[in-house]
Amino acid sequence: MSKGNGIYPEDLKYTKEHEWLAVNGGVGTVGITHYAQSELGDIVYVELPAAGSPVVAGEEFGTVESVKAVSEIFAPVSGEVLGVNTALATSPETINKDPYGDGWLLKLKLADSKELDALMTAAEYRKYIEEEAN
Amino acid sequence: MPSAAGPLKTTALTRLFRDMGARMVDFAGWELPVQFSSVLEEHQAVRTAAGLFDVSHMGEVEVRGRAALEVVQKLTSNDVSRLGPGQAQYTALTTDKGTFVDDIIVYRRDEDDFLLVVNASNTDKDFAWIASQARGQVEVINASARYAQLALQGPRARAILQTLVQVPLAPIRSFHFIETAVGGTKCIVARTGYTGEDGFEIYAPPGDAPDLFSALVREGSPHGLLPCGLGARDTLRLEARLLLYGNDLDETTTVLEAGLDSIVKLGKGPFIGSEALTREKERGPLRRLMGFEMIDAGIPRHGYPIRVEGAETGAVTSGTFGPTVKKSIGLAYFPSRAAGVGTRFSVGIRGRDAQAVIVPTPFYRRAH
Repeated sequence: MSKGNGIYPEDLKYTKEHEWLAVNGGVGTVGITHYAQSELGDIVYVELPAAGSPVVAGEEFGTVESVKAVSEIFAPVSGEVLGVNTALATSPETINKDPYGDGWLLKLKLADSKELDALMTAAEYRKYIEEEAN
Repeated sequence: MPSAAGPLKTTALTRLFRDMGARMVDFAGWELPVQFSSVLEEHQAVRTAAGLFDVSHMGEVEVRGRAALEVVQKLTSNDVSRLGPGQAQYTALTTDKGTFVDDIIVYRRDEDDFLLVVNASNTDKDFAWIASQARGQVEVINASARYAQLALQGPRARAILQTLVQVPLAPIRSFHFIETAVGGTKCIVARTGYTGEDGFEIYAPPGDAPDLFSALVREGSPHGLLPCGLGARDTLRLEARLLLYGNDLDETTTVLEAGLDSIVKLGKGPFIGSEALTREKERGPLRRLMGFEMIDAGIPRHGYPIRVEGAETGAVTSGTFGPTVKKSIGLAYFPSRAAGVGTRFSVGIRGRDAQAVIVPTPFYRRAH
């Protein structure tokens, strides 16, 4: 739970649809935020693209389902799927328990690092959530 | 949460639930808790210990007087004359087509005194319908504002409730009820429920409901009781194949299509819809509500299309991930020729055809 305890980890980038992106070299790791998992409730099913699939910034690439609701997940940036978190197939609740750590969704080879500029910082995302709550 | 239709209706417990930090939602115009802690934990509590639900949004219609039995018999498909005072039954308020005005529970409190418990979203419609059909010496009263309703459900429900009730609860059989004090408040205590577990539904004066709810939580917590929301109520009822008006039933579905043959008593004499149901019984229903489980990955949801041999035949009426059965399950109407257990078909899940199979129901049956 290195990152799991922080509600807005500083080293991540965020989208308005409540995905997070961690960048390491040319590889991005994508998940949903603490706020997103909390709003969804108990997650019981995840649908993710196959490795090798292209994803496009802002477009849907999969779904996360709780008992009550289906939530689409949108790509923070464009790229090619390098791999997905296969452990989620049998333990989707990991997303609730550790959304920024073991509950990650997939890894991407980034197509264009300039796309990162469109994402929110932790401080910006926190402000966005606080405004959305009011 | 604001609603386009104006402010949401509240129950006697809404304020308590807001203070408890429950997640509140708009359900049929009512502000109700969808979950307190977690849908899965609440579901599990009911299956293994106990859960407490506020279902005060349900409507109550009193039908009283010398003609009351005759009026209720005419309006419903089950046979109310079989009930003695202190007994209840599940039944349908039928249209002349044999479809559902509503699915309800009738409590016979005395020879000439019936309490009809109806779905929240249908209360006004049902009351108007019942009043319009009443003939002779009978009084029809929409008493919904005078009743709060708590559902205490689960294998520990009886032990918990017994701490607040003087008379022994063990002798009350399923679909029987007594009128007695619960923690000092006079209530109707019925051995009924909507979860597939043993349990009680308690009808109390709204003013006493917050204290009663708190007392049951206090007595129940050592037994593992959790306050529960609508989320768990839906997964529990669906695993037990208890039907939901507006999803599985409505004015276009007949009682026989819904598979509720046991509440259609054609021998009791004429009632609204009895001619249509007699004809339907003879030729067999054209479609049937069946339970299914997914073979492929995915969760079926209300409204997803059903395709049998490539042709769209209907839609999922209810669907979820069943926390106890640990499968994705659902209900849908199938043409009778393709409604057999074992029939394979597909559910359209966001543009993908996912394989599923019709299975016997209920999906979950308690062991005891």
